[in-house]
Parts: sequence; C-alpha cells; structure tokens
Amino acid sequence: MHIVVCIKQVPDSTHIRVHPVTNTIMRQGVPAIINPYDLFAIEEALRLKDRLGCTVTVITMGPPQAEPALRKALSLGCDDAVLVTDKIFSGADTLATSYVLASAIRMLHKETPVDIVFTGKQTIDGDTAQVGPGIAKRLDMELLTYVSRISQVDLATRRIIVERRAEGGVQVLETRLPALITMLEGSNELRFASTPNMFRAARATVRLWDRTSAGIEDIKLVGLKGSPTVVSRVFGPTPRAEKAKQIPFDPAAPDAAAAALLEQILAESPRVQEELAHRRQPGVRD
Amino acid sequence: MSEKFDVIVVGAGPSGNAAAYTLAKAGLKVLQLERGEYPGSKNVQGAILYADALERIIPDFRDSAPLERHVIEQRMWVMDERSFVGGHYRSEDFNKEPYNRYTIIRARFDKWFSDQVQKAGALVICEMTVKALLRNEQGHVIGVEVEREDGKIYADAVILADGVNSLVATQGGLRQDIQASNVALAVKEMIFLPRETVEARFNLSGQAGVVIELMGSISEGMVGTGFLYTNKDSLAIGIGCMLSDMKAQRTTPTELLERMKAHPAIAPLIAGGETREYAAHLIPEGGYKALPQLYGDGWLMVGDSAGFVNAVHREGSNLAMTTGRLAAETLIELFQNGNEPSAANLARYKAKLDDSFVMKDLKKYRNITDTLDKQRQFIGDYPNLLNQAAHTFLTVDGQDKQSKEKEIMAAFRERRSLFGLLGDAYRLWRATR
Repeated sequence: MHIVVCIKQVPDSTHIRVHPVTNTIMRQGVPAIINPYDLFAIEEALRLKDRLGCTVTVITMGPPQAEPALRKALSLGCDDAVLVTDKIFSGADTLATSYVLASAIRMLHKETPVDIVFTGKQTIDGDTAQVGPGIAKRLDMELLTYVSRISQVDLATRRIIVERRAEGGVQVLETRLPALITMLEGSNELRFASTPNMFRAARATVRLWDRTSAGIEDIKLVGLKGSPTVVSRVFGPTPRAEKAKQIPFDPAAPDAAAAALLEQILAESPRVQEELAHRRQPGVRD
Repeated sequence: MSEKFDVIVVGAGPSGNAAAYTLAKAGLKVLQLERGEYPGSKNVQGAILYADALERIIPDFRDSAPLERHVIEQRMWVMDERSFVGGHYRSEDFNKEPYNRYTIIRARFDKWFSDQVQKAGALVICEMTVKALLRNEQGHVIGVEVEREDGKIYADAVILADGVNSLVATQGGLRQDIQASNVALAVKEMIFLPRETVEARFNLSGQAGVVIELMGSISEGMVGTGFLYTNKDSLAIGIGCMLSDMKAQRTTPTELLERMKAHPAIAPLIAGGETREYAAHLIPEGGYKALPQLYGDGWLMVGDSAGFVNAVHREGSNLAMTTGRLAAETLIELFQNGNEPSAANLARYKAKLDDSFVMKDLKKYRNITDTLDKQRQFIGDYPNLLNQAAHTFLTVDGQDKQSKEKEIMAAFRERRSLFGLLGDAYRLWRATR
C-alpha cells in the first residue's frame, strides 16, 4: 500500500503580525512550520504504516525554503519526500494548487499505485479547506473530510471505514479505496522521532520536481494565471473604542454613587427605563 | 545507533561551527548536534563580528556572509542621569577594505555559518538535545547520548560547544553549574528604522556603521554596560549586568532596558523605530579565574560553555570561534599523527590557548570583575563626578575658570578623599594590567 501525505509550510501564526496599513500578513523574519493540522495527517499515515507496513510519501508545493518541512516529515518516519517547486507555481490559489498537487500525485501513482491521500483539515494561513477536496475531485478519489478516526482498512476488499465528525454527532462512513482523507485536529498525538530516523532525514535527498517532473500539462492552470480567486480587499476588524466612564465614589455615600450609575445607564439607553418600569414589582425598593 | 564518528560537536553557535567547519574541511567525519529547531535558534548576540577570528577559519567569508555594516566609529559614553561624557574614535582607515569589524544579525549569520559547515561535509542535525556523555570503563569519553529513542552515538572525541548553560558539561561533572556572580544577564531589542534615518542619525553613508558602548548611571549601580549598534535598517540596543547584582537589587532586565531607552541622549536616536525582536541571554563573565578544566580524555570545551568571554572589551564570539578552531586543529594534528585524544595529548589545546590572544587577554583582565564588584565607585561615583565636572566647566556663568577647577577638584575629594582617588587609580591600573 502507498500513502501520500500533502503538507504545507506556513508562517508560525503565533509570530505573525498584520501590516497596519495594507492589512497583509508580514512574513519577514517569521519562522516557518508545518501547518499544524497536517501533523495529524502525517501521524495517521504513519500509524497505518505501523499497522499495515505501507510506504508513506510526503509531498508539498512551495518554494525551495519548504524543504525543512519535508525533512521534518521524513524524521518522523515518512519514507520519501517530494518538493514540487517551480517559479510558475507562485501566486497559486486553492484551484491552481490542487491542480499541481493532483498532477504530482498522478506521477507518484505511476511509480507506485496510491491508495490513500492524506491532508490536514485546512491550513492555518488560508483556512479554506479546499485543496484536499480539490485533489480528490481531480483524481476521482473518494473524499472523506474531517475524519477523526480510521477504524478499518481492508486491503483485500479495498474498503475503508472511518469516523467523521459532523454537526451533532459522529458519522461512521464506509467507502472504497483509493480515498482522500482530511484529518481532524486532535485525532492523534504526534510521535517523537527516533535517533536513527533523525539521521535518515538529515541525510535523505528530498526530490525536487519542476513542472515537467510533476507532469503539468497546461501551464495556464498553475500559479497566478491559473488562480481565479481575487482578493479584492483585506481588512481587520474595526477596533471598538468604548471608553469606560468613571463615577466618583465616596465610601460614606454609596447610595449617591449607585444613583449616579443608574442615571448614567438610563441616559445611555432609554429603553432600559421602559423595561424596568414594566418589571417593577411590589416590595422592590425604588 | 551503531555508526561512529571521528568527532561529535555539541552545539551550533560560533564556537561549535568554527570547530565543526575546521574538522570537516580537514576531511574528518564530523557530526554536529544542535538542541534548537535550526542552527542559531538559541543564539543571541549584540552583535559585532570580528573579522580576524572568522578570516582564520573562512578566509573569503566576506564574499557570502550576511554582514550589516562595517564599523568605522566607536563611541564610549559615560552616562549620568541627564548627560554623558564621551569619547569617539572615527577613522577613514576603518572605511577601507578589508574591514576589521562588522555589525551582524545573528539569525542570518548563524544560518550562513551552518550552511558553510554543511558544505564542508559535516552532518548537522537539529532538535537533538545531548543529555549525557558516554564513557568507557576507563572513564574516557566515547560519545554522547541524545534525548531520543536509540540515542547513543559514538565518536573518538567530543567537543562541548553547547553554550553558557552547557547542560552536558554541568551534568557530566566537567564544570560547575553557573554562578550568579559569574554571569551577566543581557537583554536586547532590535529596533527597525528606515535606512536613511539610521544613516542620518549616525552620520553614516554606504555600508559604514557606528558602535556605541555605554556605561555609568544606566546600569543603576550594578556591574554592567549597555550598547547601541547600527545595522542596515535597524538598531540593536541592549544592556547587560551581573546576574547577582540584578538579583540583589531586584531589577528586571526589561525595566532596565526601558529606562536606558528613555535616557535623553538615547531616546532621540531610537525615536520612531519599531521594536520587532526582543531577546535575552546569559553571558559568562567570570573571566580567567572562572575557567574550568578545558579538556580531558576524549573531550574538549570551547566558547561560552568554558566561559571564554572578554567582558571588558565585549568580545565573545571571536574567542568562541578561536577556541573552536584551536580545539579542532588540536584534534586534526592528533589524528594525522595517529595519536589518541587522551587528556595528555589534548594538553596541546591548552598550550595553543595560552599562546593566543584568548588566554593573554583573559589573564590581563583577571581581576577586573572583582575590582568592579567591590569598588562600586567606578560605576556610580566616577561617572557622576565626570559629568558634573564637564557641566561645571562648560557652563559659562561669570565664574572664573580657576575657581571652577577648584570646585571640581573639591567635588572629587569630597566624594572619594585624596587617598581614595589615589587608591582608585592604583586599583584600576592593577585590574587591567
């Protein structure tokens, strides 16, 4: 069995800041990490490897700087790593990205038939959750999103049973392979790489695939050209400038402070006075 | 792990990189282990790069290393609350290649240095925390154990370059745990400003840069100094004081730096800048007297882990690189002659150190920390007296100059007495010779 895990290198969101004028993310000097949701995909693939003895290939589309992310995946136990990188891929939205990744996975499939493709639920920088489903559609694979548990994989009958987190409960789904699975966060706990795996990853060669190696047929469908998404405007939430009002407080006369507070509240919202008038009950002091 | 290396270098700071590079360049099988996520992730420095130390390791480093500005001017400011008395040295000779000192941003520089180490042929693995040294029955170090499954890795020799905290050396009983009186706690900020603003404020052009060293009231009575370095489009500003002093005075380094930044002589230099980075680090400033045993059967200690810092001249990275290089050269000579890295043979490392500026400088200043620690007048009284003297002398108010001089001398005598002044002159001379 051959499993492919798609990962993305993203800026560490705990370090990013938003440019005060342009509202774009300032990536300069921000450390890059593997998209945290993808770690659950890697771990789940490695657990299947432990159980069933399959090969795990990790793949990403990105600039050459994305190599450390793949090496990290290798250190965890992935067998092979492919960095799909080409200048013409830059500026891609989810449509163009899923086209490139699907094409590259097709090439991997030619080397060794692919049974399962894993992705994270979504990325922390784009948050669209569209690339996984996009790849499944292009490769005509069964799509299982928000999977929290893989209950059973039967290689003989080529059936897979998973649990999927849905609104209001958990769905148990069964389908056939090949399938694309987007893993839900918290579904497993990432392993700690062993010393031999750290050595193997440090020495491994990450395969670099350009458009030709990745089998791209139509270069109009990649990068900025292949991306219909237009970001028309980016804006941050308007900060609400509500200043606290101070009411002088004399410990000797708490009633006066309470009356002043009430007066302030009623002045701000006259409706409160009406409502209070309706609710006024006998025995309650005015 | 069954694999064996010639040398394992623990740590990817300047000393570890210098050692690993020199060893790998000589064709030895080198493994460098780094605790951080990437080389440099745990490293902090002001930072000044001393070209000479690196040139002896990578002669053509200027072609590819990420350098900020070459230093053409050094300022030394003795601060009082609202003033400073200073000396500046600026020279066009420093503006001629090859430049002698550069400001650098360590995050970028360390990545570059590690790339050179890897290109030279060393295997560098990050996120590997060495927890212990492996020893044979005779007690010779034969490798390290990392905090991971199947974590024993073997080598003929181990170079400890794991920094001021050196967990390995401390736990292995090769060194004392750090003492608060032997380390300074330094904090720094990177303040970004447009390039033109940096150049206008410091009277610079091109790639030239300025270094300001600060002392006096800013350390608030503690043994310590401050600095302000110019990068291309940022300023590095920081202050470091002895940890024991900070503890005694209950001062937090953040507040200390904030107050220094608010000083009327400093605030205009950094005005309008944006702080994008904040870092803190311990600096081993125990000097010559605090040096531990530097080598033993199968191991050598270099850089901050051994305490190779010249606190007076604020030199550390050059001592780190030099000690790393000398440790590597010692091993290379031994291996080439087919000799074991035994303690007796590694004594050659100590001899090389004694012969270099490293030990000579540390010896020269072996008493300075003690002197400053016990004679606080050098930190509080003198900066204040100097500033007062300048103020008195430079205020034109109808008083004649001779009586102004008398007034200044009286102020010195009142604070320190004539014997005190003579004693202080002697102490300062003793501490720096």
